[in-house]
Amino acid sequence: MSLQIKNLVVYYQTLRGYVKALDDVTFSISDGEIMGLAGESGCGKTTLGNSLIRLEPPMKYIKGDVELDNEKLPVWNSSQMNAFRFKKISIIPQYAMNALNPTIKIGKMISELLSSRKFNYKKIKPELERRLDLVELTHDVLNMYPIELSGGMKQRMVLVLSTLLDPSLLIADEITSALDVSTQKAVAEMLVEFRNRKFVKSMIVITHDISILYQIADSILVMYAGKLAEKASTNVIVNTPRHPYTKLLISSLPKVGVRYTEKKLSGIPGNTPLLLDPPAGCRFRDRCPVAFDRCFEEPPFVEIEKDHYIACWKECTEND
Amino acid sequence: MKRYFGRKTIIYLSTFFLAVTVDWAIPRLMPGDPIMNLLSRVSVRAEASEAMYGYYTKAFGLDIPVWKQYINFWIALFHGDLGTSVYLFPQKVVDVIIMAVPYSIALLVPAILLSFYTGNKFGAFAARTKILDNTLLPVGYLLTAAPYMWLGILLAWSLGIVVGIFPTAGAYDFNMAPSFSWPFIFSLIKHWFLPFLSLFLVQFGGWAIGMRNMIIYELESDYSHYLESLGAPRSLIRKYAYRNALLPQITGLALQLGVIVAGSLVTEVVFSYPGLGSLILSAIQNKDYFLIQGCFLFIIIGVLIANFFIDIAYVIIDPRTRLGMAGE
Repeated sequence: MSLQIKNLVVYYQTLRGYVKALDDVTFSISDGEIMGLAGESGCGKTTLGNSLIRLEPPMKYIKGDVELDNEKLPVWNSSQMNAFRFKKISIIPQYAMNALNPTIKIGKMISELLSSRKFNYKKIKPELERRLDLVELTHDVLNMYPIELSGGMKQRMVLVLSTLLDPSLLIADEITSALDVSTQKAVAEMLVEFRNRKFVKSMIVITHDISILYQIADSILVMYAGKLAEKASTNVIVNTPRHPYTKLLISSLPKVGVRYTEKKLSGIPGNTPLLLDPPAGCRFRDRCPVAFDRCFEEPPFVEIEKDHYIACWKECTEND
Repeated sequence: MKRYFGRKTIIYLSTFFLAVTVDWAIPRLMPGDPIMNLLSRVSVRAEASEAMYGYYTKAFGLDIPVWKQYINFWIALFHGDLGTSVYLFPQKVVDVIIMAVPYSIALLVPAILLSFYTGNKFGAFAARTKILDNTLLPVGYLLTAAPYMWLGILLAWSLGIVVGIFPTAGAYDFNMAPSFSWPFIFSLIKHWFLPFLSLFLVQFGGWAIGMRNMIIYELESDYSHYLESLGAPRSLIRKYAYRNALLPQITGLALQLGVIVAGSLVTEVVFSYPGLGSLILSAIQNKDYFLIQGCFLFIIIGVLIANFFIDIAYVIIDPRTRLGMAGE
């Protein structure tokens, strides 16, 4: 097991109380696995990604354990986390296009960053250049300022920089969102390539674009309103999902061969609950077509088949 | 690059022309008459006074049409001639200014540079340090909001009169003659300290507060967060944030220069410091066109040159301006 998260609870502190953005999250990722993390905006995807690497106020750690390669991550302590960041766990942030300091040459920035982490830039540089070749960037970018690069180039630069020390886990947060479809595909393939070349052991790819995940992910974890809904292999999630939310999410994607001028693409009626004071029990209850009495209790996230986890009373009770 | 500086030069030349024109016009728009002022100090008979009035008006070139005076003024200016002072007749304006300028520069340059450096450093240090942020920055707000002369009077009263360590007027002891000796230099420094301190403190507060706000913004920016995610130490993140937060401060310095010069004028008046400020005050009181013109001309040139250096500094520090120029 590469990453193991047990009962992780992370809230946002606000003047009106805690926003329960990440509630009781338990899952694991095996070595070499690319796990897609899907869900609508505000469901806690980015919070989950951030809480594994940079848990800063207003985020507040409540409880839970995170283990990476059988080593406990002190996610609640920023200074202790520094030892793990970049070397063991790394991130391509959502804002990758603005992630580089605009007033310093990229190569100089990397060299200063590496020497501040006690690495020798000269020794690492040949490997850095090999990886730039791999993502089709010229070595000249090291002598350029970030503003001289296009958005896609910056994203690839950040991909190379974040994975430079061969971390065990890479969190890629919405890295395809701002790109056109062909570039999206190229970036997605680069992620797989980096995994295959063992630059990173396993990955969490955060996105709301399930079609990208279908191309690259081994498994998909679906979140809803700060809670886990379903986790299974990509094929199962896309073809035979069990959780009502996943079913509706997948069915609201356009399908090849269907003309939507004749048939309207259906969405999921209703809105996500406010996480400042979410309803007790299943948070999807109000929008769920199959909700029943039991849904007022909290559904556990249980394994119903091998590697298929789900948090839904309907599906569990039917199985019993 | 060439185009950039070419365009800047044109801007500076036209600014110079306009400023000098205004400088020439303003004293002449004041009510009153410099010659009358001059004559009022000598008591002569009425008819003699009339003759002297005619003589002086001619001597100062004030008898010809205004547009001719304006052209003559530019011609004289290019010959390095700023005319003769009416108030300190018959001294040349250039000589009078040269006597006063070293005092003003000795006040202004250290005050501007030291307050810019220490204010920015302190602001960056205080940001995100809770105790400093809560206690010393309100003091910074108070300092920057204080009018120069008010703080000057306060300092003169507290350190000069109550405590009695520092003298409150003049550039050196009245019973001393300027000489290159230790007692004289010591006296100079003692007299210099209070006016310098009042200029320094007001600006220090401004820079500290500006930097504190700017660096918090930079520390919250995406590139700082990314560096944190990569485990970069606080010192590296702060170094980058400081450098980027300094850019708008440098623009602020360019904008502030004019205000600082004005601040030094009132400070010099408060401390009777014999720099340009005191000179301008007496020149205005005596409606001395030529001396007012000369003093302001000196300030105009100073501010323009300082701004030009800041423009160059900006190009060196911020790659974005350099690229913007290449893209034109």
